[in-house]
Amino acid sequence: MRKRVLWTSAAGALLLWSGAAHAHLMTTGLGPVYDGISHLFLTFDDLLPAVAMALLAGLNGAATGRRALFILPAAWLAGGAAGYLSATAPVPAGVTALSLLVLGILTAADRRLAPAAVTALAVILGMVHGWLNGASIAAAGREASGLVGIAGANFLLVALVSARVVSLKRPWTRIAVRVAGSWIAAVGLLLLGWSLSGRA
Amino acid sequence: MKGGRRSPSPAEAGLALLFLLAAMPALAHVQQGQAAGFLTGLKHPVSGLDHVLAMVAVGLWGAQLGAPAIWLLPVTFPMVMAFGGFLGLIGVPLPGVEIGIAASAILLGGMVAKEARPPLGLAAAMVASFAVFHGHAHGTELPAGQSGLTYSIGFVIATGCLHATGIGIGVIHRWGWGRIALRAAGAAVGAAGVFFLWRALA
Repeated sequence: MRKRVLWTSAAGALLLWSGAAHAHLMTTGLGPVYDGISHLFLTFDDLLPAVAMALLAGLNGAATGRRALFILPAAWLAGGAAGYLSATAPVPAGVTALSLLVLGILTAADRRLAPAAVTALAVILGMVHGWLNGASIAAAGREASGLVGIAGANFLLVALVSARVVSLKRPWTRIAVRVAGSWIAAVGLLLLGWSLSGRA
Repeated sequence: MKGGRRSPSPAEAGLALLFLLAAMPALAHVQQGQAAGFLTGLKHPVSGLDHVLAMVAVGLWGAQLGAPAIWLLPVTFPMVMAFGGFLGLIGVPLPGVEIGIAASAILLGGMVAKEARPPLGLAAAMVASFAVFHGHAHGTELPAGQSGLTYSIGFVIATGCLHATGIGIGVIHRWGWGRIALRAAGAAVGAAGVFFLWRALA
């Protein structure tokens, strides 16, 4: 009984804390899968963190890049399904800012991370952003198959970006990736400010 | 609890209702102000000569200093500048912002003019401290109805491109005449900084 009360309270707290899911849904006229594909490539809130994840995975080598290639889309899909079924968004709206900040700083620092750490980051990123996408799709009354398009676009993005970064051999090209990471972190920090000031 | 489910008590039912009522709806809406925010952010850093000269001077100095400063400064500057913008956005006041920006042009121009080579940590600290002023002054001016995210993207890209311009110009440092031209450019930036300082104090 005590355990049930605890679970009920936790669920209640989660509901009370839930923020609004800001759906930036695309309508291509070609169906929900294509809507999902275009969503990722036209929505900076999701595109930029996914690019940052791909850059980070690529900097950490081919094996880590291959892991992220499968884990990020799978986590995005799983989080999306959970968000679609719950139709609430129990994560603060400033989550994009934190994703950009963390992944951007790690990319700019170019520190070798354990494969498990990169995997964990991919899982968290995919679950959180997927959840927001799924909740938005449910709230808009769209079909859940749009999530397949988003996850597929993620697979394509990570495959192209990570493979390109892994193939970089000249020192200055790796520095260019680090500069891109610092720009992403800077955008994340500014976005965090906008979120905290309520002007995002 | 044995032998099946019991009905919820009035208190439990009331609590569940409260949670349901308190849950915020998921809002579906079309994105607005995305392109305008990006363009405003992209234009903002190049619309003020004080910002342009200081950013280009960072690139010029990095080119004079060579590796690793040439890549360390462009990597650290955007993040520290964004930190300045973050302080401005959350309402932390920074007195003398315009004076700080003018001082950045004077000192960075002076460093380029003298072809100064301080320790890397000192150079990075100097550039970083100026970056806070630039971020505080320029990173927070978002017009109403525009996207903060795309404004930030445009602002950071434009600033990075100004650095890249400075580094690109700094390539002439490999030739004798180029070194002299760079030092002259640094002196010009410093002189412009004096003008900005006079205007800020007037």
